[in-house]
Amino acid sequence: MNRFLLPLGIFVALVALLAAGLTLNPREVPSPLIGKPAPPFELPLLQQSGKSFSPREMQGKVWVLNVWASWCAACREEHPVLTDFAKSGAAPLYGLNYKDKREDAIAWLGRYGDPYAASIVDVDGRVGIDYGVYGVPETYVIDKRGVIRYKRIGPVTPAILKEKIVPLIAELNRA
Amino acid sequence: MKPEKATRDSLLVLSIVLLIGGPAWAGEAQPAAADPVLEERVTALATELRCLVCQNQTLADSNAPLAVDLRNQIRERMREGASERDIIGFMVERYGDFVLYRPPWKATTLLLWIGPIVLMIGGLAALFYRLARRRRELAKPELSGEERARAAALLAGDPGAEKR
Repeated sequence: MNRFLLPLGIFVALVALLAAGLTLNPREVPSPLIGKPAPPFELPLLQQSGKSFSPREMQGKVWVLNVWASWCAACREEHPVLTDFAKSGAAPLYGLNYKDKREDAIAWLGRYGDPYAASIVDVDGRVGIDYGVYGVPETYVIDKRGVIRYKRIGPVTPAILKEKIVPLIAELNRA
Repeated sequence: MKPEKATRDSLLVLSIVLLIGGPAWAGEAQPAAADPVLEERVTALATELRCLVCQNQTLADSNAPLAVDLRNQIRERMREGASERDIIGFMVERYGDFVLYRPPWKATTLLLWIGPIVLMIGGLAALFYRLARRRRELAKPELSGEERARAAALLAGDPGAEKR
């Protein structure tokens, strides 16, 4: 009996380990940017030509930066969630229009609605690299001191919005 | 030489040439290299880094737009005089240790580095322990002196031996 107990125990432990591994998402790479200052940039706005945006302008405010593109299918999926979020007025929502064509981006916002306070144009994806973007859409919550406090890779779901993002914004606003 | 044979020979040569030419078209996508030394450094470093879009490919292998952008970043930085170490630092700052195909040696990666060695030592220890035990068991005489005497007595037909 004892002879089988040890291999059986090892087998069960291994199965438990592998089962736990299966529930993890390999796409969710922990971002080293959490707790770090949001990388600075100065980029033109999508709709107001001639104007530019820099994260410095948002000092003192908790705000949300959402990386999107008209060619990104998952962005369409999360679009209603972001629209709801923008309507709630929990925090200003800015879009980073990532590696997109200006006409396409404007047409996309025209077709589905524009939830963003403004969209920032990152044509060559350089700012995207500074923010560690690798799977559009990505969403950042940035605090009053300009520190990245949360990053979501992939579409924001209603559950994530309700359980993670909105409580975090409320907490950061109290601070 | 008959004209027929000449045609056949030239066909043969042509097919050999075409066969040799094939592999030359294969290979990784590389932007036109202005500076082969630099390009070699870029590729060498890119094979050390993971493409985050297609996670089991290196930056050198991948044709994902982000991989192309990141290769361009590497090239640009090298041209500006950045060392391999600087660029690895740049990538890790943005994408974390996950971009490295060779994970760094630190507390959270200890199991990753030492695990296989520990497993191997454990396995070898178990193997040697079992072998030693087996050898000890085999070395033991099958019957002790007393048992041997009893068996001999039984075989000789001594009924008293049974009761002892």
